[in-house]
Amino acid sequence: MRGDGALERLGREGRIVVVGASLAGLRAAEALRDEGFAGSLTVIGDEPHEPYDRPPLSKQVLLGRASAGRTALPRLRAVDATWRLGVAASGLDMAAGLVRLADGDEVPYDRLLIATGVRARPWPQEAEAELDGVFVLRTSDDSAALARRLDAGPERVLVIGAGFTGSEIASACRERGLPVTVAERGAAPLVGALGGVVGAVAADMQREGGVDLRCGVMVTALEGDASGRVRAARLSDGSTVETDVVVVSLGATRNTEWLAGSGLGAGPRGIACDAGCRAFDIRGIVTDDIYAAGDVARCPHPLFGYQFLALEHWGNAVAQARIAAHNMLSESAERVPHMEVPSFWSAQFGVNIKSVGVPSMATEILITQGSLESRRFVGVYGYQGRVIGAVSFDHGRWLPFYQELIETTAPFPPPFATVDRRPGGQRPVDADFPDPSVPTHGPTVTLSGYSPADRRTTFTPAH
Amino acid sequence: MPLERTDPVVRIAVDLNRCQGYAQCAFLAPDVFAMHGEEALLYVPEADEEQREQLARAVAACPVQAILVDAVDVPAEAVSGAR
Amino acid sequence: MTQSLLHQILDYANRADPYPLYEELRRTPVHHEGGDGPYVISTYYEIRSLLHDPRISSDARNLASQAGDPLPEAPQGEGALPPGFLKLDPPEHDRLRRMTNRPFGPPHSPRRVDGMRPELHDIVTGLIDGIGDPGRIDLVEQFSYPFPVTVICRLLGVPREDEARFHVWADTLAASLDPDPDADSAERGKGAHDARMQLGMYLAGLIEERRKNPGDDMLSQLATAEGEDGPMTTMELLSTAALLLIAGHETTVNLITNGMLTLLRHPDVLERLRTEPRLAAPLVEELLRFEPPVQLVPQRTTLADIEVRGVTIPKGAALWLVLASGNRDPKRFTDPDRFDPDRPDIQHLGLGSGIHSCFGAPLARLETQLALSELARRLENPRLLQDPPPYRQNAVLRGPRELQIACDGIRP
Repeated sequence: MRGDGALERLGREGRIVVVGASLAGLRAAEALRDEGFAGSLTVIGDEPHEPYDRPPLSKQVLLGRASAGRTALPRLRAVDATWRLGVAASGLDMAAGLVRLADGDEVPYDRLLIATGVRARPWPQEAEAELDGVFVLRTSDDSAALARRLDAGPERVLVIGAGFTGSEIASACRERGLPVTVAERGAAPLVGALGGVVGAVAADMQREGGVDLRCGVMVTALEGDASGRVRAARLSDGSTVETDVVVVSLGATRNTEWLAGSGLGAGPRGIACDAGCRAFDIRGIVTDDIYAAGDVARCPHPLFGYQFLALEHWGNAVAQARIAAHNMLSESAERVPHMEVPSFWSAQFGVNIKSVGVPSMATEILITQGSLESRRFVGVYGYQGRVIGAVSFDHGRWLPFYQELIETTAPFPPPFATVDRRPGGQRPVDADFPDPSVPTHGPTVTLSGYSPADRRTTFTPAH
Repeated sequence: MPLERTDPVVRIAVDLNRCQGYAQCAFLAPDVFAMHGEEALLYVPEADEEQREQLARAVAACPVQAILVDAVDVPAEAVSGAR
Repeated sequence: MTQSLLHQILDYANRADPYPLYEELRRTPVHHEGGDGPYVISTYYEIRSLLHDPRISSDARNLASQAGDPLPEAPQGEGALPPGFLKLDPPEHDRLRRMTNRPFGPPHSPRRVDGMRPELHDIVTGLIDGIGDPGRIDLVEQFSYPFPVTVICRLLGVPREDEARFHVWADTLAASLDPDPDADSAERGKGAHDARMQLGMYLAGLIEERRKNPGDDMLSQLATAEGEDGPMTTMELLSTAALLLIAGHETTVNLITNGMLTLLRHPDVLERLRTEPRLAAPLVEELLRFEPPVQLVPQRTTLADIEVRGVTIPKGAALWLVLASGNRDPKRFTDPDRFDPDRPDIQHLGLGSGIHSCFGAPLARLETQLALSELARRLENPRLLQDPPPYRQNAVLRGPRELQIACDGIRP
């Protein structure tokens, strides 16, 4: 409460616990000290490594230009924290205000930030997932193991799922000269995030890059040999791919199981929070001492109909970390909302792909600059008559303009001439997003629920 | 936890949302940064002592100030406290 | 009679310190003096956003009216060169710039500029060694002009001894960029046209020669390259070569001279540079903010009606983006009139932004870092003999015509 000195006490001698020692956790810890927090700070991480950067894991590391163990994040300032690394948080007692650790320890808090992120969705058949040569790619250790196997020169790599990570893995393997098959359940790579029009360009890039790309198929089984090494994959079209390395790239699962039964509004879709990163409890009442940031958080976004967005984006983790840190030390009037327009990037087959807004919400696309054929273009996404997203292929310098269109809810299709509008870019076309009821690889944006006041919103904790 | 690192390194991360492919870093610090195609940037996430100076030039020259490097001494701050 | 603000900015009498005029200009972020005159944008965020706006063209053919165009385009008669990529829009701009980059920078030539470091150092050393009387040095004549000219000649493969010939053409062409309202634009257009033609003929001979005997210079590589975009046409090659030669001539000289002038006005920073060579990189960035060699971009036009800060700029209007004013915008930079190389976040507009951002930026940075570090290190107790120095006429490519300095001696 204002003026009762509690906030000053918190800032001076309070206890703040951050669960999750990756990008969001580290930046939040730094931001807390930037904000003048002088109390005790504990950062808990289940991996034994100090905070590291993930984007290089599917690019530089697989290309052999960096080693997986050496992507630690730069420290932007001293944080003077107690680091509890290599031990997972296993439970939360909201009433007592403490986090339970897997080693039996308990860590009390006055303010808690949850930044436990996501983990790779494993191959669903457990026995097949155990085969030697079957990988996922999320952590530094995953990347190290895969890079080692690629160094050994496998006969063929099979990538299951052509989302961004899967496509980047395929690209790196091709650059190393390895034979690659990509199996994608949808009609094209990246189709869940960018739609079929742009997905067709991504498919061309893969095929031209030498990838044996198979779309509209599922992998139904992985087969091993007598020594437990993977040796083939069966596909739903009846074909078989002989392979000795399989990378399962089917998206991610949010790390919220440890919160089951805690009473926090956490479930498979993430932790619901308000626009200021304060977590909701399962009753839909916002807590005052628990915050969430990064991949695990779902926040309502005013630009996108107050839908709850969960974004697995680097920039989102950084922005939310700062906001959560600021808000947990601020009076309510000084709290700030998370209003950043979502944005992400990917580099594959020598092309830089960037996006702003939420293309996956769109129904239509218009190529406003460049051309799909040249793989150098800007595509603008429209939804109900307004600009909702944009994507660029090797055209990133133009994106700030389109971000402004999204922020100002500009009309779609944009009516104006641009410097490089080709005949093919005069009319919007169906952006060709897959039917949401048909699952593809994991999306990088999930939308669910509506405004916090909406009664239909229900939160189901994981069991 | 005692740190085994012996060689002083600078850790690097690039905010690739900000990066617009001006390639100043790849021109000025070619041992650390490389363009992959016209616009995509690849970088070594750790620079060694000899690269420190060219790294500093790249950081200063980035037109969108997207290159993040260690601001504190790594071993001192890396990991401390009880396990 | 009071002059309009635009006239005052272009008035040579105000060349030494245009910054108070820019401050006045920023009170009206979209400044328009009526008629076919340009819409002048002077605030940081608006300039930056227009530099990334695809409704803005760099191609003068999109101007609604050439009558009010302060930039006389060379008549497109026989023998005239087509515009260089600076004055083109995508996709032609992108293709030509990409092809030009191939022998210059990453990804195809990642070490070219960095690899010139020892050579640049030798040139700087030679020029400083050659300074005669330390009591009277014209820094422009003896250093800031010959240094980048020698570098661009070597890079392109243009014989240094031809400098006297193309110097005149380059000067004429640079002057034609200057939107001087009082100059006779027909006369100037003719002069620029002639200079462009002569430069074109000179370069054509050189390129012919390089095709027969290619070296490892950029002209040879541009003339013989076969990238994904195929070879450049001869006309494209000539325009590109002319653009590089002139840009290599007329900008870095100002940056280096402005730099030394600024350092001599801030002796504490000069002394720091002498003892902390690492200061050079951030110092040059602050210099690009504080005294940018290209003060304004006067060659953009709108492809649609555009609203900027509540003002509608009509389609086909001429647009001036005053980079040097945006760089002093207090809404973006704290205490903007202070020269401070320790600023934490120097995202200046000194080299432009967006697709037309300075092609030679890495080379200009390296040249200026080296030049200023070595001057700081070797000149003993340097001081200005005249402040302000006399400026060149040009309001766009602004810089001192000469910079008279003295020092007690030259350190080895």
